[in-house]
Amino acid sequence: MADTMQFDLVSPERRLASFQAREVLIPGADGDMTAMPGHSPVIATLRPGVLRVDGPEGTSEYIVTGGFAEINAEGLSVLAEQAIPMTEVTREHIDELIEDARAKHEEAKSTFKNEPGPVDDAAKLLSDMVALGDHIAIGKGGGPAPA
Amino acid sequence: MPNLKDLKNRIESVKSTRKITKAMQMVAAAKLRRAQEAAEDSRPYAERFNAVMAQLAASVGKSDSAPKLLAGTGSDQVQLLVVLTAERGLCGGFNGNIARLAKNHALKLKGEGKTVKILTVGKKGRDVLKRDFADDFIGHVDLSNVKRLGYTDAQKIAQDILSRFDAGEFDVATLFFSKFVNVVSQVPTAQQIIPAEFEEDENADSASTVYDYEPGEEEILADLLPRGVATQIFSALLENGAGEQGARMSAMDNATRNAGEMIDKLTIEYNRSRQAVITNELIEIISGAEAL
Repeated sequence: MADTMQFDLVSPERRLASFQAREVLIPGADGDMTAMPGHSPVIATLRPGVLRVDGPEGTSEYIVTGGFAEINAEGLSVLAEQAIPMTEVTREHIDELIEDARAKHEEAKSTFKNEPGPVDDAAKLLSDMVALGDHIAIGKGGGPAPA
Repeated sequence: MPNLKDLKNRIESVKSTRKITKAMQMVAAAKLRRAQEAAEDSRPYAERFNAVMAQLAASVGKSDSAPKLLAGTGSDQVQLLVVLTAERGLCGGFNGNIARLAKNHALKLKGEGKTVKILTVGKKGRDVLKRDFADDFIGHVDLSNVKRLGYTDAQKIAQDILSRFDAGEFDVATLFFSKFVNVVSQVPTAQQIIPAEFEEDENADSASTVYDYEPGEEEILADLLPRGVATQIFSALLENGAGEQGARMSAMDNATRNAGEMIDKLTIEYNRSRQAVITNELIEIISGAEAL
């Protein structure tokens, strides 16, 4: 079995990465999973989170805000709605994302008063974003995100 | 014969026109490069996306529970035309071609007794279509303040369209834009976005792979279909952006060349008339001298 696989990370605006990777940690909607060469074919949606890739030049991390991942015999492609390399991420970025999610949550609450579905979805998005913010704050040695 | 001063003024004015068109051409060339890069950068995403969607659609599409975005509402009575054009003119037939395609399509649908609704993106298309279909307009998206086109712009348009679809305002949506082939050729294209249509995958190899879906197929499809609309709008906008600059570049190139030809012609005319004036004066002097 090959010990690397083709890894592509694309967002609608650009191709962020394309190289041979040993393993990739994907923030799946139903839970994190790690893809390694020879993984069975899967299509999974993503939740906002951190994508960690173990590539030829060490481990690199990207923030993704949603999208999906396709794993097949040739490799893994991640189609992210928005993806930012961890090295370029700033606190402002995250705050903006959290703010967006919060606005969506409020909007969902006011538009779908009697349907819990969309409100819950928005709430989950918000909590994912906040968790993401905390994760980064810890990773960079800063304090936790303001609630 | 026009007098010398008029000719001279004309030549001067054509010369400054040429300067302007030349400058516009160079600006368009620079912008074209950027727009082309943006269009190319977006292609891997769109291609992958469509491949996955086609696969999902093939496995879910036939069932009765397929989402409306894929299966349609079961009717095609109310048609929404989303017309994407440029915000500015002076780019040859670019805007006109897209508007004409949309107009013909609208007239054909009306002929079949269908209801037509029009949503425009870009000022130029709105101006043209407003003349004939002012009553059918349901909205306009202004992108004239957008410096650099981002995915979020496409998402906003998609959200607008999707909320109208959810509200049952239309059954079928078609996107009108220009496909960028190369600098001199842009093909006005109509593409149906709701219900989603997918090209059949030619190589059956990829289709034979059996995927696990996480969560289920239908949840993924429901999640992806709205994104598919945004993705299609985004790539159409980028194609349009590149096409607009390409069209402007070749239009301005032509204009510059025409101005040059005109200057040559006017200069010859100017020299001839000046010579005629000199000859006239000489004849007058000589005949005056001879009369003495």
